[in-house]
Amino acid sequence: MKLECRHLSKIFGAGVKATRALEDISFETTEGEFLCILGPSGCGKSTLLRIIAGLLEPTGGEVIYSGNNTDGPLNSMVFQEHGVFPWMNVIDNVAFGLEMRGVSREERYKRSLDFLKRVGLAQYAMRNPHELSVGMRQRIAIARAFVNNPEILLMDEPFGSLDAQTRLILQDELLKIWSDHKKTVIFVTHDIDEAILLGDRVLVMTSVPGRIREVITVGIDRPRDLQIESTQKFLDMRMKIWNIIRSEVERAMTVGSS
Amino acid sequence: MTLNTDGIWYKLLPVGSLAGILILWELCGRLGLLNPLFFPVPSLIAIAFCSMLADGEIQANLSITLLRVFAGFLIGTIPGISIGLLMGASERTRLLLDPVVAATYPIPKLAIFPLLMIIFGIGELSKIMAIAIGCFFLVLINSMAGVRNINKVYFEVAKNYGANKSQLFTRVILPASLPMIFTGIRLALGTSLIVVVGVEFVSANYGIGALIWNAWETFEIEKLYVGIFLCAILGILFTVILKWVEERITPWFGHMAHRDQE
Repeated sequence: MKLECRHLSKIFGAGVKATRALEDISFETTEGEFLCILGPSGCGKSTLLRIIAGLLEPTGGEVIYSGNNTDGPLNSMVFQEHGVFPWMNVIDNVAFGLEMRGVSREERYKRSLDFLKRVGLAQYAMRNPHELSVGMRQRIAIARAFVNNPEILLMDEPFGSLDAQTRLILQDELLKIWSDHKKTVIFVTHDIDEAILLGDRVLVMTSVPGRIREVITVGIDRPRDLQIESTQKFLDMRMKIWNIIRSEVERAMTVGSS
Repeated sequence: MTLNTDGIWYKLLPVGSLAGILILWELCGRLGLLNPLFFPVPSLIAIAFCSMLADGEIQANLSITLLRVFAGFLIGTIPGISIGLLMGASERTRLLLDPVVAATYPIPKLAIFPLLMIIFGIGELSKIMAIAIGCFFLVLINSMAGVRNINKVYFEVAKNYGANKSQLFTRVILPASLPMIFTGIRLALGTSLIVVVGVEFVSANYGIGALIWNAWETFEIEKLYVGIFLCAILGILFTVILKWVEERITPWFGHMAHRDQE
């Protein structure tokens, strides 16, 4: 399954209050690619992801999914935080997508429990999310998306609200799960290190209006883990992206403070 | 100073204030500092309570009051929650009905009781309907607010994972608004106590309101206090039972993302 965005634009509001959130966004993914969308906060990267997910209508342009359609949904999203329902226990949260698609209770519990076992959360299956840590809740959100078996996974800064240590563990875990499934992933983040560690390509965005500034191929061998963050190649890549993004961040800060 | 939670004081202090007031009251009465016409001592009230319990007067009045409260509560709450949820979920319904609710909600429920007696007669129905109307608005407004305060992200998750309208309602809207529905129910139970006593003052032979009113007319001051005491007990009982139910149905309350946290 391939995803293509053609000349996407998004304007919020109308008249003098209109904000151009996105302008002329065009890119495509390749099969099984891990694509990171990197940009400063307010650059419209979450808006872009919501348009791809079909949660928002673009003002212009189109999103095209092409390829052999399997029985799964086109996309499933992992939300920033608060995406896990507090009124459902862990396994019902994980099985939510399957339940919505009418998969029998026995079958969806079996698939969800299999996945929970793999990420070491099986013993929490019947617990309520509020009894678990924020990091565990995000793992549940990730599990919900993978169990739903979509063509493309969309992730909206899923580790943004986690402390640094938990984030490292979850990045590692995500890489492991992804290497088993080889799904196409579009991962939104504002963290340069995270984008390089996870992505095959990094799509760097500028803000107000959100545009694609540059597309960078990471080119670091897989399987990857945290070790690569101390290699020269990683550091060079980080400096390269930082140089691209620096002027943007500075500009956004002056706009924000004026 | 911090108290040891296992210590005897930790358990005694909360009841201490109540017991203290009763003891002080009894003492002042015995010493002749209180006029027994207005403030009979607690021991006399307790004796009156026991004799009323023995001849079945309390049971007869309490049961009819409870019956009116629960009938009115059910008749008012069920449509109140349904319409409130609908108004919360559907902008069109809200635009249509909001002015009606805003115009009728502030009318004191006792003010329309004479009208209800004309419509439903002076029997049970008019009393039950007065309570039902009082409950109806409170649960409606809170259920509507419950839906409107649901964090946008829950709707996005539901849409992204393919929920249809009925799944959206049963799996997201209803559970997410339960805490506010409970708030409405709590307020409704409190209001139904006020309304039931009010309507029993004017139009009932039995019931706690009638008991208090008759005691005033015959100047049986201890009975009057027993009636007030029964009202207090009912109020506390409703609160405790509701809290118990609420903690079992929505244990996750307080861990939910609200709209203003986006």
